Amino acid sequence: MISLLNALPGAVAQGLIWGIMAIGVYLTYRILDIADLTVDGSICTGGAVCIMLMLMGQNVWVAMFGAMLAGMAAGFATGILHTFMGIPAILAGILTQLGLYSINLKIMGKANQAINVDKYDLLVSLRFIKNVPIYKNTILLVAVLIVVMILILYWFFGTELGCSLRATGCNDRMARAQGINTDFSRVLGLMISNGLVAFAGALLTQYQGFADINMGRGSIVIGLAAVIIGEAVFGRVFRNFGFRLFGVVLGSIIYYLVLQVVIWMGIDTDLLKLLSSAVVAVFLAIPTMKSRYFSNRRK
Amino acid sequence: MLVAKNIVKTFNKGTVNEKQALRGVSLTLNDGDFVTVIGGNGAGKSTFLNAIAGVWPVDEGTIVIDEKDITKLPEYKRAAFLGRVFQDPMNGTAATMGIEENLALALRRGTRRTLKTGINNKERALYEDMLARLGLGLQTRMTSKVGLLSGGQRQALTLLMATLKKPKLLLLDEHTAALDPKTARKVLDLTAEIVAEQNLTAMMVTHNMKDAIQMGNRLIMMHEGRIIYDVAGEEKKNLQVEDLLRKFEEASGEEFANDRMMLAK
Repeated sequence: MISLLNALPGAVAQGLIWGIMAIGVYLTYRILDIADLTVDGSICTGGAVCIMLMLMGQNVWVAMFGAMLAGMAAGFATGILHTFMGIPAILAGILTQLGLYSINLKIMGKANQAINVDKYDLLVSLRFIKNVPIYKNTILLVAVLIVVMILILYWFFGTELGCSLRATGCNDRMARAQGINTDFSRVLGLMISNGLVAFAGALLTQYQGFADINMGRGSIVIGLAAVIIGEAVFGRVFRNFGFRLFGVVLGSIIYYLVLQVVIWMGIDTDLLKLLSSAVVAVFLAIPTMKSRYFSNRRK
Repeated sequence: MLVAKNIVKTFNKGTVNEKQALRGVSLTLNDGDFVTVIGGNGAGKSTFLNAIAGVWPVDEGTIVIDEKDITKLPEYKRAAFLGRVFQDPMNGTAATMGIEENLALALRRGTRRTLKTGINNKERALYEDMLARLGLGLQTRMTSKVGLLSGGQRQALTLLMATLKKPKLLLLDEHTAALDPKTARKVLDLTAEIVAEQNLTAMMVTHNMKDAIQMGNRLIMMHEGRIIYDVAGEEKKNLQVEDLLRKFEEASGEEFANDRMMLAK
């Protein structure tokens, strides 16, 4: 029990970092109505760019900004493949993601790069959870970053441009009839989303102290899990857009807390990814199952 | 106003599903013309409206609005000149956005979307007035999601959105076909009112011949991708449904056997 309690703060920190990633997934999946698989690659791109820039001696903020730009470039690539070249969104994301595997290897020079928390001035780390001054505490820092991020997104999606993105995802035919360039909206949305995901990747890399070519594998599933859990638990309470994003972050934290409990219960960790995908599959199936069940009963 | 010249559009060219939807349609509208468009299923009515709106590029022909050639413009750029209402009430509005947000999107048709606030209080007062005039009680539910509205309410809202910023041409594509008769009547009355008030140039596709005769100052009939009958003024006012049926047989050389049109008498 003590070991579980000790692991919980770390789970919260990880949940928060993945919460940023999940917000990115929410923007594409819920607002633009696109399942964007680019994120599996762009989260690693963010980590790779961040760690390399820091190893080259750049300031941590510059490194994270660079990571975000790299993620936006990845989103741009998927957006162009999807809109300009007419490739279905899922396939466009997979193509970019696969291409990013090579690019990430080239950025890092090898499959794995580590960064020493004692030698570099990291913003977050698993060592900054306990016994550090409050302003250095990773949980607090990431929480503040998330609040700022949600405020910016809340503002943005209330602007004319942000509204046009929401209209595009909701009803693209109507959006075009109202003079909205839906292709532009999609590209921009994918860029913002992947920028956030890469930013999360940069934080994650610092947190764990290394970037790994496989660190993004299955991250879309974690992001979706966070979105779904957040909506299932807080959907009725949080109606406002900003709070919904907040709900997604909480969903991500819940995901990592549950994961920690499952690990503590001694499950074979090889099975974790299977478990995650099964849980997400069940939740995604619920709306369909519900309607089928109820329509059968009516007959 | 609108000059469409020899519009040709073939879908699925070179396949077994090839369909010549428009076979050289030419139409010139004057300012303030309100044209009703009738014809059987597959006559090309909606296709013609979509060609004007730029849903896809046409194979041949030119479309000019107010001396500006828009043939090559993408759909979203043509939107600056056009107000559109679709047959399916779901198509004209964004269901997950509020009533006022939908109106705010429409008010910005034809302008660049910037980082300015998507809706301001001055607009809200305007929307409240306009919604109150619809008489549907929507002015008290300005922040409600449009998805909660009935089909008729959504269609009335779409009509308001299409004309909120005065369009050079209003395209109504069977916009009452999916509504119950009573609601359809209401929306049609509203249509006539708005068109008259703003002195709009409009095209209205309908399956109801009575409506086609009663509304507007001009009527065109389409058949197999062509305009086969074009009538205006006094002659149009004196038309009877029977005349239209006879015209159709004359022009197309076929028995008029379209159930939907017969029933719509």
